[in-house]
Amino acid sequence: MTQTPHISVQHLNVHIGAQHILKDININIPDKKVTSIIGPSGCGKTTLLKSFNRLWDNTADVKITGKVLVDNEDIYAPNAEVTHIRKKMGLLSQRPYPLPMSIYDNVAYGPRIHGIRKKQVLDELVEEQLKATGLWNEVKDRLNASATRLSIGQQQRLCLARGLAVGPEIILGDESTSALDPVSTAIIEDLFISLKEKYSIVLVTHILRQARRVSDYIIFVYMGKIIEFGPTEEVLLNPKEELTKEYVKGYIS
Amino acid sequence: MNFRLLKDKILSKLMLVFTLASVSLLVIIGIGLYYKSIPIIHRLSWSELITSSIWKPLKGLFGFFPFIMGTLWVTAIAIVIALPLCLLTALYIVEYAPTRVKRILTPFVNLLSGIPPVIFGVWGVLFIIPLIQIYIAPHFVEFSTGYSVLAGGIVLAVMIFPLIVSIISEVLRTIPQELKDASLSLGATKWETIKKVILRKALPGIIAAAVLAISRAFGETIAVLMVCGNNAAVPHSVFDPGYPLPALIANNYGEMLSIPLYDSALMFAALLLFIIILVFNIISRVILARLERRLAA
Repeated sequence: MTQTPHISVQHLNVHIGAQHILKDININIPDKKVTSIIGPSGCGKTTLLKSFNRLWDNTADVKITGKVLVDNEDIYAPNAEVTHIRKKMGLLSQRPYPLPMSIYDNVAYGPRIHGIRKKQVLDELVEEQLKATGLWNEVKDRLNASATRLSIGQQQRLCLARGLAVGPEIILGDESTSALDPVSTAIIEDLFISLKEKYSIVLVTHILRQARRVSDYIIFVYMGKIIEFGPTEEVLLNPKEELTKEYVKGYIS
Repeated sequence: MNFRLLKDKILSKLMLVFTLASVSLLVIIGIGLYYKSIPIIHRLSWSELITSSIWKPLKGLFGFFPFIMGTLWVTAIAIVIALPLCLLTALYIVEYAPTRVKRILTPFVNLLSGIPPVIFGVWGVLFIIPLIQIYIAPHFVEFSTGYSVLAGGIVLAVMIFPLIVSIISEVLRTIPQELKDASLSLGATKWETIKKVILRKALPGIIAAAVLAISRAFGETIAVLMVCGNNAAVPHSVFDPGYPLPALIANNYGEMLSIPLYDSALMFAALLLFIIILVFNIISRVILARLERRLAA
């Protein structure tokens, strides 16, 4: 990896209450690639992902030390502005959580918050992002219908469109397909692959097949530590570490 | 039949009986009040009883309009004052307060609901009445004793405060963190998230809280009658005294019953209160159902 990393994590430690969840994490997330974080449940994958856009800010008892540099800017620096950081990243959570408003307003929510008021600009943005997520043809006749009316797979694509509409550089996916049926899962996975041309993508997944299908790099996390990091094929087919080997073979989960 | 199954069956039937008994209580009370009001309804018509403002029991004139208006004024003032304050309090407790503060605040709010109404009444007489009489009313009207629908409304607002705060807090707590995260991760601030996402999602619950509080406020008696002046005239401003229906009943029942029809008139007052609360609950249920359907649609 000769290119400059998009996210650079340095000596990151996360404590939640008395528990030491993430232990001295050091990692460089490559630019314009798909990087998957894999590992057994409870190993700290999601914690790591959420520390990239400071979603822990509002949770009590969470203590974070270390640095997370995004575009060489430490997001945990005292003068870092959190809304600016989050605008750079679109988050796609485990289950789709459409906002309690129409399909159109869901996509326009972010741009409106960041000051876009002109209807024409919003219209174009909404159309562009709904097309980017393959939803446009399915919803163009009912943009004003409530987002909760959509199927769960459509909702997840809507959430992706909503995230893309603020113009992020990074997409964070937290087991984004775990609530979806196989067809919707395949659509989302294909979207990730096509979106990496423009975005750096970080996915948390516990499905090895998915990690293999979509990602360029894999980070294996176990008990709060990064065990191995490397190109997908290498980590999955020819792991260097014993723990990775056991996990990949299915001995530990 | 197996003894255990029999026991199960008997118990379930027993529970059904008790449930039906408590539900039928509502019907029985309604019928009872109506039955006792028949004498006065026969003497004067429904429309006359409800729309007339003349209250002269000795002359056989019973107009309930002032009492209905008194009830509505006091309750409306209470909810207008209480709802925004409660909403902000609940939002602070659930969304902003650090865990430690939360732990101290919640029991305090609940403690308020344990204070007997008569103490709120005394507090109203000692603090709210002079406050209105000396500091507030002179800015708006020439003269007010302080005993007014405003005083009743303020005291009532304080009394329904814990109920509304605890219900709204519960509602806010049911909103999934992931939904808030979704808004935050788009770069929204906390307040934007509250305004555009949380409040919208919580709206039916907030309305339900208000409905419950209003239903309670309609019937609140002792604290209100101590501060609202109890004058049988329609209030024209918040500084005018009022005479809500519960106060009328509590003040007079068991006294002047030698006056013809007075007993029946008080029963009619109770029936009116009963109907107001019933109608209010039905209407708000319809509104709530519509709202929920619209939010789901």
